[in-house]
Amino acid sequence: MSTLALRGGTVVDSKGERKADLVIDQASGRLIEADGVSADQELDASGCAVVPGFVDLHVHLRQPGNEAAETIESGSRSAALGGFTAIVSMPNTDPCTDSAAVVNDVMALAANALCEIKPSAAITLGRDGVALAPMGELAALGVRMFTDDGTGLQDDQLMRRALEYASSLVVDDGADIVLSQHCEASALSQGGVMHEGGWSSRLGLPGQPAEAEELMVMRDIALSRLTGGRVHLQHLSTAGSVEMVRQAKADGLPVTAEATPHHFSLTDAACAGYDPVFKVHPPLRTDVDVEAIRTGLRDGTIDAVATDHAPHTADAKELPFDQAPPGMIGLETAFALAYTHLGLSLMEIVRLLATNPARIAGLSDRHGGPIVPGRLANLAVVDLSEQWVVDGAATASLSSNSPFHGHSVTGRVRHTIFEGEPVVIDGKATR
Amino acid sequence: MSNLLDIEGLERRELEHYLELAESFAEVQTRSIPKVPVLRGKTVVLAFFEDSTRTRMSFDLAARRLSADVVNFAVSSSSTTKGESLRDTVETISAMGVDGIVVRHSSSGAPQRITEWTDAAVINAGDGWHQHPTQALLDCYTIRRRLGSLEGKQIAICGDIKHSRVARSNIAAFTKLGAEVTVVGPRTLMPADLAAWPVRYSPGIDEIIGDLDVAYMLRIQQERQGAPLFPSVREYRSLYGLTRARAERLPARALIMHPGPVNRGVELDPEVMDDERTVVLDQVTAGVSVRMAVLYRLLGPGQFDETSKPPETSLAELAASTASSEPVGESPAAENVTSTDSASGEVATSFDALTSEVAV
Repeated sequence: MSTLALRGGTVVDSKGERKADLVIDQASGRLIEADGVSADQELDASGCAVVPGFVDLHVHLRQPGNEAAETIESGSRSAALGGFTAIVSMPNTDPCTDSAAVVNDVMALAANALCEIKPSAAITLGRDGVALAPMGELAALGVRMFTDDGTGLQDDQLMRRALEYASSLVVDDGADIVLSQHCEASALSQGGVMHEGGWSSRLGLPGQPAEAEELMVMRDIALSRLTGGRVHLQHLSTAGSVEMVRQAKADGLPVTAEATPHHFSLTDAACAGYDPVFKVHPPLRTDVDVEAIRTGLRDGTIDAVATDHAPHTADAKELPFDQAPPGMIGLETAFALAYTHLGLSLMEIVRLLATNPARIAGLSDRHGGPIVPGRLANLAVVDLSEQWVVDGAATASLSSNSPFHGHSVTGRVRHTIFEGEPVVIDGKATR
Repeated sequence: MSNLLDIEGLERRELEHYLELAESFAEVQTRSIPKVPVLRGKTVVLAFFEDSTRTRMSFDLAARRLSADVVNFAVSSSSTTKGESLRDTVETISAMGVDGIVVRHSSSGAPQRITEWTDAAVINAGDGWHQHPTQALLDCYTIRRRLGSLEGKQIAICGDIKHSRVARSNIAAFTKLGAEVTVVGPRTLMPADLAAWPVRYSPGIDEIIGDLDVAYMLRIQQERQGAPLFPSVREYRSLYGLTRARAERLPARALIMHPGPVNRGVELDPEVMDDERTVVLDQVTAGVSVRMAVLYRLLGPGQFDETSKPPETSLAELAASTASSEPVGESPAAENVTSTDSASGEVATSFDALTSEVAV
């Protein structure tokens, strides 16, 4: 029996914090009782924390369709370097992930990935917001999250139908089918390339007001109330959105939410130099919004940190600001930014980056902890003492559109174990 | 190499310096041969990613009157050409060896981005809704010529402030030079964060028209992104147009300005276009002088230096060139000019005019 041991680390999961060595049976990929004997392979975790591998609810892998920007393999490598052992891929591929054929294609391409790829699929065919995708057929293939991400589903009636239909689908693992919404009322946001406010006025760039997001957050909460349907709200970016989600949860509605590192780290002032690396939807907002997002993450209003990792080739970002595509990469910086900016204990970070997103994605049986014998070994080993400066070009992603280039952060992923295999050792991908 | 990207980045002193220099180039334009050799051997590219016949022609004339070589590079920046990166375009132009790039682009911020990819001087000839600095300079020049100074003047800018690069650069320039600016128009035409701007807001024009020194009317486009911003052109004229009746309430000393082209019968009634207070054509004339000043400042021997005096040698050179029947034949090496007496006389005149302006 080939074994891998992690020695000298402090295990931190939802159960608490304890000094422990961990031993993994590499054939099964599962944690086994540490019996004190030496293992076939040893990894040093001294001075580090061993936590459940992170789960990202929101990743654009660009395959099929735009393999110059990212592939499933390169994106999974970037994820592994960021401590992620599972990521939910977004359906805005080309062709759109709205059919069994494309879902199967993504799953086949993911077979050798450095982390688990859980595909989401579109709610509507072609993400056109007109006709429902075959949700039942796709759920049978393992899809648990549906989203038209990139745009919000504008049609109120269709969103209601989708919620009702999804809530009646029965799947073998008993997980919820979740409708995940990019909240943006497009008639109000139309043409806006950054947050509407002082900076957009001064820069002469078309803005989209916070209310464009908040209108759809409000509608989806109302539709969840109407249908009992399970709604997940993506990348909250405004103080108003956070407050509405807080109230919805107080009312007991089945609503969850995520926020991105860029929305809790950066403001619209970053757009002052017209560099499209700072262009993203929803846009970077104000100081007040950043503080509200941080508060929402701290008090449990927002369930998860998700990256909205959105690779774009260099030439795409060399267009003028208003013409460049929105989006920024974030897999390799997410943990450090969360640890640096949120002022939370590692245990609370684990809740936001692993336990909660694993639950929302329907992956709790194998991701998100707890770290106990018998569980699949999906782990990240993080060094909380390391301070480092982000180098946007030093990434396994095929794209380098990180808005955090030059930022000083604390906390770094040292090793990542995916189903028992050390896919990252000392900050380097092993394959 | 310095650039001219926006007005906000200019000190008041720099603004005034451009205006003073424009005075001397205005004088050049009155000569029988309105051409001086100060930019001989320099190449200026007019890179217009958005159509603008007037501004391009004005820059073209300005560059030619300074004896620069001028190349037009006109491409559409519409969505159909999104395939080519702005960087590729700019690096291609730069690789041909140019000294200055005059940029007009439909995207705000494009000129600033371009500075990262070229060593040539970049001059913003209008970018999106952002800035149009030479328009602001020519408007300040026109007001100074007519009213002596902008200090304490009451200026109303009326119309589509939100989508106007002219408004953004003029508000910065007018307030830097001491004027008090009021913006006028419906809220659909106002920027999101108007309260933070150094202006007053008046929803209507009638309340303030009797106290104005300048009524600056912006050109309107009724539709943006297919969405009407006001009910009709007719209603716009009745609420915000400078009609004959309103023009009668405008003080006799006041100026009526417009960046052109004017929608006759909308922003200005046809009769108001012919009003003696209307200086639209003066603005156009000033445009050439101001653009000569800008090109000369950024590409010529007199590149701006905060501590420098007005460009003595270059003015001498201007004068020397006039004395010659072959202006472009003068040697650019003749910087320490010992020119004819008549030429020296002209230098003195120009220089005196310049320094006396400085003292004001």
